[in-house]
Amino acid sequence: MQKSTNVTKLGLAQMLAGGVIMDVVDAEQAKIAEAAGACAVMALERVPAQIRKEGGVARASDPAMIRAIQKAVKIPVMAKCRIGHFTEARILEALEVDFIDESEVLTPADDEFHIDKRGFRAPFVCGCKDLGEALRRIGEGASLLRTKGEAGTGDIVEAVRHLRKLRTQIRRLGTLGKEELAHEAKLLDAPLELVTSVAQTGRLPVPNFAAGGIATPDDAALCMALGAEAVFVGSGIFLSEDAPKRARAIVSAVTSWEDAQKLAEVSTGLGQPMRSLQVSSLPEAARFASRGN
Amino acid sequence: MARIGILAVQGAFAPHAQVLRSLGHEPVLLRAPEHLEGPLAGMVFPGGESSVQIDLVARLGLEPGIRAVLDAGVPVLATCAGLILLARDVDADSAHRQWSFGAVDLAVVRNGWGRQVDSFEDASEQGRPLIFIRAPRIVRVGPAVEIVDRYRGEPVLVRAGAIMAATFHPELSEGDGLHREVFGAAAASASAAQ
Repeated sequence: MQKSTNVTKLGLAQMLAGGVIMDVVDAEQAKIAEAAGACAVMALERVPAQIRKEGGVARASDPAMIRAIQKAVKIPVMAKCRIGHFTEARILEALEVDFIDESEVLTPADDEFHIDKRGFRAPFVCGCKDLGEALRRIGEGASLLRTKGEAGTGDIVEAVRHLRKLRTQIRRLGTLGKEELAHEAKLLDAPLELVTSVAQTGRLPVPNFAAGGIATPDDAALCMALGAEAVFVGSGIFLSEDAPKRARAIVSAVTSWEDAQKLAEVSTGLGQPMRSLQVSSLPEAARFASRGN
Repeated sequence: MARIGILAVQGAFAPHAQVLRSLGHEPVLLRAPEHLEGPLAGMVFPGGESSVQIDLVARLGLEPGIRAVLDAGVPVLATCAGLILLARDVDADSAHRQWSFGAVDLAVVRNGWGRQVDSFEDASEQGRPLIFIRAPRIVRVGPAVEIVDRYRGEPVLVRAGAIMAATFHPELSEGDGLHREVFGAAAASASAAQ
């Protein structure tokens, strides 16, 4: 019996496809998320919009809160650690969280290095803005990626930018000759073997989900149409007027993303979305997506 | 080439589609009642989160169409969450008791091996590659259900009529053995149909 192999780690990422992973801050929200059809929950102390508003250093959550959420639901429970903070990650692993998110939403602990994720029993998800960043994270052992978007804003523009960029860069690799790949790997600052694999298969070796700025069912469906295999929704649910209803609608939208009639139906009468921020009005220092490398 | 439906409301439907295509079949992703209207030569219930899948089956109005496919007796392959959807009793002795189609007389418990850190790979008693991901455990097998393969004495692959159900993930393993066994390859299925 071999536990925590690359296959089982990647396997859980594959099982989450077509689903919605929802940020929750306590067991009660976790239950609401599960009842609404979340395929997993992300346990964290404050949702990104609150972190943005309150400022200060954002860290991994209290183990008591994570345990309470694990007890409350049957679906997978994920939790965030700071970029490069491998001790926080070890604690999350000891708590047996199902996925660790090395996340730019928390304050980075290391401004140079990400965690070497290969030595962990728990699988990791990491953010990316482009192909180079995606492949560096996979090289470090991430089993799942999510395009970063701009968390806590309710503005989908960055998620769209990152999804499109990734897709364009993957397509471009397929057009290059073998002799061009080493140079391309250098430009992307990514491992050559991963660059070669993407050039050959036309896809990333792990799934990519969307995150950052999803506030409505149609935002989620848009991400699916741009090639995301599932979505993470942070502040968009529990900071909206009617969280259970909106959560349920986003779940339906991710499944029925191709069906505009269905999208119209589930988008009806959801109440106010989260209070949103235009990303273009944010100063560079306030952008989470530029954290990590 | 046979049209094989795959329940595609949530979960790992894509790897099944890939295996079916490699066998020369036409996978049909099932997400709306009208997708179940055309004739299907078989159906796959993939892995994923069973609670999410069963909820979406209900809210999208897929239940009657799926029942019709099950009643038609075409070959069916169910893996992991898919097996949970078809079992008779799911977490029957707990507060998490879950509705299911009840097409296979089994009692199962979800996440029977533990959390993700306990997910594992091994081989079955008959040498099948086994990939278990937060897998369910079969705790009771009805008299009409045949145990096809076991792991350490426990049933992990069962057959009931035209339904083959696994607690593991053949679609993530190398090779197409179980899909071939259930659905055949394109040439074979074409000659069988004539």
